[in-house]
Parts: sequence; C-alpha cells; structure tokens
Amino acid sequence: MRVNFTVNGRPQEADDVWEGESLLYVLRERLGLPGSKNACEQGECGSCTVRLDGVPVCSCLVAAGQAEGRDVVTVEGLADFAKQRAEGGCATGACGGTSLDEAKGWQAKGTDSQTGEGTGLSPVQQAFIDAGAVQCGFCTPGLLVASDELLERNPNPTDADIREALSGNLCRCTGYEKIMDAVRLAAARQSEGV
Amino acid sequence: MPANGAPTKITQGYRTKGGIGESTLRPDGTLKVTGEFAYSSDMWHEDMLWGQILRSTVAHAEIVSIDTSEALALPGVYAVMTYDDLPTEVKNYGLEIQDTPVLAHGKVRHHGEPVAIVAADHPETARRAAAKIKVDYRELPVVTDEKSALAPDAILVHEGRDDHHSGHVPHPNIVHRQPIVRGNADEAARRADVIVRGEYTFGMQDQAFLGPESGLAVPEEDGGVHLYIATQWLHSDLRQIAPVLGLPEEKVRMTLAGVGGAFGGREDLSMQIHACLLALRTGKPVKIVYNRFESFFGHVHRHPAKLYYEHGATKDGKLTHMKCRIVLDGGAYASASPAVVGNASSLSVGPYVVDDVDIEAIALYTNNPPCGAMRGFGAVQACFAYEAQMDKLAKKLGMDPVEFRQLNAMEQGTIMPTGQPVDSPAPVAELLRRVKAMPLPPERQWESSEGADVRQLPGGLSNTTHGEGVVRGVGYAVGIKNVGFSEGFDDYSTAKVRMEVVGGEPVATVHTAMAEVGQGGVTVHAQIARTELGVTQVTIHPADTQVGSAGSTSASRQTYVTGGAVKNACELVREKVLEIGRRKFGSYHPAWATAELLLEGGKVVTDGGEVLADLADVLEGEAVEVEEEWRHRPTEAFDLRTGQGNGHVQYSFAAHRAVVEVDTELGLVKVIELACAQDVGKALNPLSVIGQIQGGTTQGLGVAVMEEIIVDPKTAKVRNPSFTDYLIPTILDTPTIPVDVLELADEHAPYGLRGIGEAPTLSSTPAVLAAIRNATGLELNRTPVRPEHLTGTA
Repeated sequence: MRVNFTVNGRPQEADDVWEGESLLYVLRERLGLPGSKNACEQGECGSCTVRLDGVPVCSCLVAAGQAEGRDVVTVEGLADFAKQRAEGGCATGACGGTSLDEAKGWQAKGTDSQTGEGTGLSPVQQAFIDAGAVQCGFCTPGLLVASDELLERNPNPTDADIREALSGNLCRCTGYEKIMDAVRLAAARQSEGV
Repeated sequence: MPANGAPTKITQGYRTKGGIGESTLRPDGTLKVTGEFAYSSDMWHEDMLWGQILRSTVAHAEIVSIDTSEALALPGVYAVMTYDDLPTEVKNYGLEIQDTPVLAHGKVRHHGEPVAIVAADHPETARRAAAKIKVDYRELPVVTDEKSALAPDAILVHEGRDDHHSGHVPHPNIVHRQPIVRGNADEAARRADVIVRGEYTFGMQDQAFLGPESGLAVPEEDGGVHLYIATQWLHSDLRQIAPVLGLPEEKVRMTLAGVGGAFGGREDLSMQIHACLLALRTGKPVKIVYNRFESFFGHVHRHPAKLYYEHGATKDGKLTHMKCRIVLDGGAYASASPAVVGNASSLSVGPYVVDDVDIEAIALYTNNPPCGAMRGFGAVQACFAYEAQMDKLAKKLGMDPVEFRQLNAMEQGTIMPTGQPVDSPAPVAELLRRVKAMPLPPERQWESSEGADVRQLPGGLSNTTHGEGVVRGVGYAVGIKNVGFSEGFDDYSTAKVRMEVVGGEPVATVHTAMAEVGQGGVTVHAQIARTELGVTQVTIHPADTQVGSAGSTSASRQTYVTGGAVKNACELVREKVLEIGRRKFGSYHPAWATAELLLEGGKVVTDGGEVLADLADVLEGEAVEVEEEWRHRPTEAFDLRTGQGNGHVQYSFAAHRAVVEVDTELGLVKVIELACAQDVGKALNPLSVIGQIQGGTTQGLGVAVMEEIIVDPKTAKVRNPSFTDYLIPTILDTPTIPVDVLELADEHAPYGLRGIGEAPTLSSTPAVLAAIRNATGLELNRTPVRPEHLTGTA
C-alpha cells in the first residue's frame, strides 16, 4: 500500500508498504530516518517515541497505515520543532531530517567534540549533552521527544512530574540521574530564556 | 570532588584545555541527540537483504531432520542455510572453548539455539520463511541444576570433551573448577565464638542493553566480507569469524557500528557469522537485527548461582575463617564460564581480611540458557552472599554492621586468599565511613499538603498505599572487583596516534579498535591526547580492524589499558615531535638541548614555562605517526589445586548505603536512595565517572528487586523473554544516587587511575537486600526479592 503523511514538516510518501509494517519501520527503513530507535518493538521501552499529531506515541505500536494524513515529529526534527514552537510558528512539525548516508560512519572532528555549538540543538538536546545524560545513547531519541513534550505542557516540572512523564522510557546506562539533571537543566534554561 | 591521599603526578598537559581530569563532553553527543549517530541496527545498503535465524523451540533434543524446501520456495527468499551448508571444517566458535555450533548439528542443547538461517528481501518474508522450515526434534531429558548435572548417570551436555579444562574437572558436566585453599579453615574455626552459615540463590540476570544485536555484512569484490557490527571486541570476533567462513583474517574487514550498550552481553558472537555466511552465499549485503524477544535468546546472561557460605568470628568481632562453595550455572555452552569461575573463587572472600579459607567455585554445563559475561563477572554473585553473611555475623555478635565490616576491612598490604598482596590503596573502611556519613533522606517524603503523593510510595501510581503498612530500612554493603583480564592473559591494547598540521593548526588523530559501547572511552582518548600532546583538536578515528587489537570493552579495563596505550603512543609521538623541533629550531635556543620539554597549548615549552616554538611550525610539512602495543604488568594463572597465584592486575572498591521503604502487606519495595562511595584512583572525566557509578548501581538495584530470567525447571525453556515480563528499572523505580568519589592513586596504573565500571554493580544489590531485611526482619537468602518473598506467600 501507499502511505502519505508529514514527517518533521515535510510531506512524505512511502510506497510498497506491507500492511504489517509499523510506523517505526517505515520511518527507519523507507524514509531514511533511523533516529527513532528499535530497542524492544513491543511498546515497553519508549526508544521509538515520536509525536503523532502532537501526542507522544511508541511508533513501533502504530501501524504505518494509521499515520495516513497525519503529522509526525521525530528526533531528527526536534530541534526545528522546538525552534518554531519558541518562535510561535508551525506547531505541528518542522522541516529537516537527516539522510542515512550522512549519518553513516560518524567521525568526531576536531572541534565538534565539545558542546555541539552551532548545530542548532533544541534546549533539551543541548541539556542532555551538557548534563552527561547520554552514554550509549540508544534511549536518547525517545527520551528527548518525551522530555520535550513534558516541558511543552509543564515548563516547571517537579522531580516527581519528570519521573512520571519519563516512566515509559527505559535507559540501561545512566541510572537516570543525569537524565533528571538534563530535564531540570532544560527547564531552568527555558524559564531563564537562555 | 574530594581528593585524598597521594596526588596523581601529572606534569604534562596541565595547561591544555580539555585534558584529563576535566568533564569534557562526549564527542559523539551531538550525533546521538540529533538521531544521526549510526547504530548497528541503522545500517542500510542498496539491494540489502534481511537475515533471520530459526531457533530451537526445545532445550535438549536430537534433530531427526530439517526440511527447508518450503522456505526456499517462498518468493523473495534468496538463501536458506543449515549446518550442512557451512563452508569449512570449522563449524564451532567460542571465547575460550570452541564448543558453540554456528548452526546446530544433530542436536540442540538449549532453548533458542540457532538451527537455520534465511535471507530474504523483506524482514517479514525472512520471518515467514524461517517459520516454514520443518525441524523434527526427538526430545531428550534436560540437565538443569547441580543434582541433575552431577548425578552418577547424568546425561552429558557435551560428550567427548577434550578442551583444556576437561582433564582437571571432576565431572564432564563441570566446565571448570577452581579451589582456593589458604591457611587451615577447620583449625581456625575452633577459635570462632560464633559461626554463621547460609545458602544463597542468585537469579539469572540479563544485560538488557537497549540496542539489539545487529549488523550489516557486505560482500566484497576480493571474495571477502566487510562487517559493520556492534561488539565489545572487534579482534576477538574476527578470530572466531574468519575460520568459519574459510577466509584469511585480512579478508574479513570489521568496522565498529554504533553500539547501544553492552554490559558483557556482546563479548560472545551473536549474528556476526550468520550475516557473513548469508552475504557470501547470496553475494548481497545482509542485515540482521534481532527483536527483543530474540535478543533474550541471542546472548549469554549473568550466571545464576547457588552459594554456600560459612564464616566464623571471635566475640570481639574478628573473622576467623571462611568456607564457601559457589555453583554457577553456565548453561549449554562454555562462553566465559572458566574466567567467571576464576573471579568468583578469587574474590569470594570479599574485601576482608581472612587468613584461613577453603573455597571452591564451579560452573556447570546444563541445558539452561548459556551464561557468560555480565558487568561484575563472577564477583557480583559472591558479593551478594558474603555481604549477607557479614550482616548475619554482626547481628549475632550484637555489633553495628558497618563497624563490623570496618574491623575486618582489607587495606593496602592485605594478602588475598590467592596469596596475592593488595599493593595499591584499598580504602574499604573509608568508603564505608563516607557512605554512612552522608545525610539520610527525610522520612515520609510522600506526605504533602494535598495528601500522599503515591508516586513516591511503594506501588507508585497503582495507588496501593498512602503510607499504611510502609516500613523503612537501611542497609550497607561493600565489594571488591578485579580490573582487567586476569590469570595470565596477555591483556594488551594497541593505539595509533598521528600528529600533523591541518589548516594551520596542530591536530592529533587517535585510532584504536576500542569498542565504544557508551562508556565514554572516545571522550577519554581525546582528553589523553590533549594532555600529552598539548593540542586542542583531536580526531577520534572510527574503530576497525585496520589497527591492532584494543582488547575487550570489559572488566573495567578500557580506560586503563587502551587509555594506557593511547598515553604511551602519545608519549612516543611527543618524543618524535621534539626530535623534529630540535632538528629545525635547536640552534635558536639552548633550552632545546638542556631543558625538559613539554607540549602545552599548541606550543613546545620548557618545564619552566618558556615557549620555544609553535607546534604548527614544528610540524609544518611533517606528520608523525606511531602505532604501538601497550601492556599492564603481567598476571599469573591460579594454581588448579591451591588457587595460589598473582592472578589479578588491580582491584576496585565501592560501597553502598540503601534506604528502602517496604509495603509489608503487599510485599512492594520502593528504593528511596542508593548512595555510593567509590575509589577511582584518578577521575579522568568526573562526569563520566559518576555516570558509570550511577548506571552500575542501578543494574545492581534491578537484580535486587525485579530482574530475573525465569527458566522452567522441567523443560529448561525461557518463560519471560520480553521487556513486558523481564523488568528493568524505570526512572520511577530508580532513586536518587548520591556519589562520593575518592581518588587514591594506584602508582602502577596510567595517571593512577582505577577501572571503575563494575565495582558499583557489586555492592548495590546486597545493600538493597540488607535494607529490606532491616525493614522487614526477614532472612531473604535469594535475589531478586519478589513480593511473595516478603509476604510469606512464596
């Protein structure tokens, strides 16, 4: 079947989609957007979290056909999404995304090893780097989408609020402490207008 | 961060920004937060096929027949392979003992063993084709525990063993046995005023790394193959893969793809050989990605164990002796079992002074899932048991459990049961003091003006209590872990470092085969290069097999060993740079010949701080490159009869204090706080150090209260292979983890550092158990603790 939907503000068309394919599979394998992750493919880990018409969902549990005509935001579009939200525009999605060719075979270059300055990260993305909330990073995309959504509806969450909002996202590396730090940091920076 | 004791001597690099000791940020951080970091499961290639493995549905059976015809006939299927299609005489692999079939031959020995592989143009086609392969099994009785493994008429899991352990083990279903005898435990027991005995059970834990086993094998024009793979040790994989493919190692090129965690679960091969076989058979790139269900069958787990301990103490609280017997279930294949036995045995006494010991550790062959490496590696199970014993002894003596431990704590100079002296700081008593001195979290934190915040209570949002029936408990534990590969293993690493001028700036490139699995080795390598070479810009080359082995990302060893290799290679590069400088500019300043010279802030400076030249000028038109192996001091094998030998490189210590609240009516546990104090020698990157300690602590928490692979004792089948049924801690299950880091330099190690990744995984579990015992008064001799163990309904 053919599926048409908007991803990160850009209309996308996927052809020859088998009816059993998940939104996650179509994003990763047909649209070249592997940022959403496949840690469990059964809705338990949250690594595939995307916004579907604004609502955070496990994209592994959404049949691709269910996304027809809808707006999806993935981690690849999160920076633009947050930027446009901050500027008051385009509430449903953003433009951009990364081709897999570009993503292949990363190599840390001289100066990008510090804070990723100049890459136009959203506040939560920058906070995750700065707070040391990223280790292996496999849970990170889902946590970023969920954290961004939390701060959108609750700019000053308590610790209990943060834990509740992120309880659907498993992380095996960090023990979550630095993730708590990152969300607190993003909230603080956001409220200070930094 | 407090720094006590001997300062670590660092003369080079203290004026260069971003060097060791700073919390520099991950070089891969930006890619990881934008979704651009390419993990092994993200790999994609034009015309790529998908591989699928068919696994056994039973634990122990003869394979009567395999019929692949229906699978092959399915449109979209390119290849189906079984044992008969393997290209060479080498059909097994294994880390130490090559006992693991690439594809089952005539027999399966555990639930989920690979039997056949398929390549198709869509993953669902591959799955359906695999389901159409007909395997006729004739089931055999299963070996599941010590009793069934060691009975006189026991079924042998591996008949006709001829590995290097088969000659010394008392039974062919014992993979390896390591006794340690020192002093005379029976005689010393007569001095004991109290004796405590315990029988402990440790459940099977899964590494549960989030990035599933996956990779992409691309056939190459020269008949070889290029594998993009998530692993812990590229060269170990290579040594096992190439012979099965019938290719020389140089025709199997390996590049590390992004690794989504490992924790020991990627030490063994998973889909590596299968993907290569299918790629070579079809002539097309083949990608294999396990789903979570398959991942539970696709890697080894932490050994479940039975531990039998006896300790004695005098009435003034001094340990007299210790006897223990540790029985580890290795499952169907050896994996890392022999080394796990060595660790369990040699670390079974814990961080305590006990001169008279009688120790035995064994690993069994059974038809349970294969077990091997997981963070803490044999030391975890022992720590759970000996720390329970310490609490029992303290209670029997009427002593404070922390004071009792401090009274018996080892220190620098203590002789291990193996006869090896502990020759670097061992601040066991101090770590306990620090963790005890931290302020306790306030009581009844769930209370608020609007009533109980159930999110902070046992049961959480299930809303099972508003505080009634909830009891608080506090518990302590401390542990000892070895760092690096032990028992005489040639545990080296290789680093290639290049220095040159790029765009007018001096740039260093560090190339190793180290597997970055999330621990932050790439961050540390850049820091070391900055410190040693005085440059700001450091490029970390992707890890591959175009450079020598870096050894495994295991055993808390990479910062020590590959970090040591990078430091060593940088030092050699620095010497060459200074030679060039002397040749070019030596005549301009006498200090080139007379002073001790350093590279700092992009310049050559004297130790007095005088600038002699810009590195950019020295290196203009010249590039310096060094590739060199580096080794820590050697270790020895343990004597097979007495267990004596200088078997370990370095020891690592951590202590925990757990505070729990238990709903005693429902048996629900909420861990309120899990404080840790650890000696790290020298924190090369404090932010990463704390991240490692908190992560390790949380994995210990998991196996204390929730994580266990349940294997049916009648069928040896795995009953909970999913994140729905195998629970790992969520952010709601995980408490705050305050960390106190001690930095006591080990003079034998680069920068004085100590491997840190595993120690926090040891003491976390027994601390939580101690706290639950403290809250409930129950004995609790098994982990994980489930509600039925607390409510008496087990």
